[in-house]
Amino acid sequence: MDFELLLVILVDGLVYSSYLFLVAVGLTVIFGVQKVLNVTHGAFYSFGAYLTAYLIGLWINDAEGGALELLAYSLAVILIGSIFLGVVLGVLIERGLLKFLYTRDEHIVVLATFAGFLVLEDVILLIWGTDPYLAFRPLELMGNSEIAGLIFDNYTFTMIGLSFLVAFVLWYGLNRTQFGKVLLAVIFDREVSMAMGINVTKIFLITFMIGTFLGALGGAYHAPIISVQPGIGVEVIVLAFAVVVIGGMGSIPGALIGAIVVGLSRAAAVHLYPELELFVIYAIMALVLIFRPEGLFAPIQARKI
Amino acid sequence: MTRLFDKTFWGLTIGLLALFLLNFVLEEWMRSIGLQSLSRGCVAIGLLILWRTGLVSFGHALFFGFGAYTVAMLQIIGVNDIILLLIGGSATAGLLALVLGFLLRQYRAIFFALLNMAFSMILYGVLAKVEALGSTDGIGINQVSFFGFVPSDEAYRPTLFVFAAIFAYIAAVGSHWYLKSTLGLMTMAVRENEIRVEYLGYSAEKAIHIKYVLSGVLAGMGGVIMALTVGHVDPDSMVYWTVSGDFVFITILAGTGNVGATFIGALVYELLRTYAFEFAPEIWQLILGGSLLLIIMFLPDGLWSLRSEWRNRRALAASRSGDGQAGE
Repeated sequence: MDFELLLVILVDGLVYSSYLFLVAVGLTVIFGVQKVLNVTHGAFYSFGAYLTAYLIGLWINDAEGGALELLAYSLAVILIGSIFLGVVLGVLIERGLLKFLYTRDEHIVVLATFAGFLVLEDVILLIWGTDPYLAFRPLELMGNSEIAGLIFDNYTFTMIGLSFLVAFVLWYGLNRTQFGKVLLAVIFDREVSMAMGINVTKIFLITFMIGTFLGALGGAYHAPIISVQPGIGVEVIVLAFAVVVIGGMGSIPGALIGAIVVGLSRAAAVHLYPELELFVIYAIMALVLIFRPEGLFAPIQARKI
Repeated sequence: MTRLFDKTFWGLTIGLLALFLLNFVLEEWMRSIGLQSLSRGCVAIGLLILWRTGLVSFGHALFFGFGAYTVAMLQIIGVNDIILLLIGGSATAGLLALVLGFLLRQYRAIFFALLNMAFSMILYGVLAKVEALGSTDGIGINQVSFFGFVPSDEAYRPTLFVFAAIFAYIAAVGSHWYLKSTLGLMTMAVRENEIRVEYLGYSAEKAIHIKYVLSGVLAGMGGVIMALTVGHVDPDSMVYWTVSGDFVFITILAGTGNVGATFIGALVYELLRTYAFEFAPEIWQLILGGSLLLIIMFLPDGLWSLRSEWRNRRALAASRSGDGQAGE
């Protein structure tokens, strides 16, 4: 294998990893706190992508102005749109659905979120129709660069930066702020923290909104790269599952490592053995589950009998 | 020894005879719905068997698709009789379950569900790339013979329906008897407290392994029936994770109280899907998801619980009227 190919795999893999991380991190946050494997996350991703693609298509694709100015507007659309979706969908799903299910069997909860996912996917179709949306302008404005004979969009590199930023903010928020400490207490023992006077209901709602925001952000930031069309959420959610399972459910560093492992191996498969592309991710997921069922970085759990 | 010929057995038998009679009057589209319900019902029985132990698989499309694709592969090498295809499809799916079972029997809860999903997605990835089996386009399934008998074109679907009904009947009765046996009942104890079961001298893992193989065989059988019904197999409608989700949906819809209810659940699901798609194609997923949510919220034990609910009400009414008579 020559050096250039290796470089291409590395760059391609890191770009894909950052995409996976952005999608999976919200899922792992929600699982870590609420112990809910949230299938609706796939719909949050689609919502983020659709809203962004729609608004960028409306305001920015044909707008005139300086490149920097338009990029700043695009970024604002992505951020504000995701926050908006995080609040609206987060409250809707957590208060309207999950609230009633915390005492139920975990499989039922997964299935309920699956149902919520089906519903939201059709809501997206009702709002935006079946035609694909393209939000190409930010991608165009940033230009591209050539690495080892292959052309990469600069926009995709900013995704790597965003991933590290998100990872850092989450780490800081969890370990260095008061909210983070309260959250850790809730994760560790919900009942005791309730007894200590922590408003667990509020914590659940806030973390769910953060998770929803992250899912929407993943879709929103990804929107300029892809053709936003029906069915993107279905694909993303299983990928996110794989990443989260590989890293360890509920672990943020785990999601980061899981995304890098999956991203690099997929890139390697694409460039070396294209026929393996589709299942290499799930093969790794199965392997990790076989040898480390809790994932690579799962928080240690006390055994309850 | 528990009674083998109990109410459920007779109920299923009457159901089978009713299907034979209905076969004469059903229109083709209804027969198609019936066939698909029988197919999905078989898979859902497999999930019910696992559910009784507290295990849920989000990847049973693996065995379903494996059974369906076995039909395609057997037809390629020239095997074309329904019984051989059925045995072939169920047996290969069961064999796959046997092999994977050595691993999966150690897993519980969400890990069991997700490892199953991982395996089903691996099969999806493989099938989507295998050119010989049509990759993502899938591959057509030819008309089959029935124990050497080749019906005329008009008689083909009704014959298929009769055979599918018989196979589903055998699967349902067999599963019902299994669930009533000591081995079957023991796994409910595994759900409650696995460690205690081990202390009683049973192997919980072995019991789960047997269940897993049974559910694999049933899902494979469902796959064979589906392949013959649709006349086509492809990865997206047979192996993708949403297919597994639909099976769990049917299990919840039917409730885990009785194997017979599973077919009713499958039929309701099929009708819901068909009508939603027919009358509201833009929102058929919304209707499906919404119904699932309603079931989860208001009928946590599935459609089957309506029956006991109704009984309770009747008993209550009877006791009330009894009181009234006593007062007179």
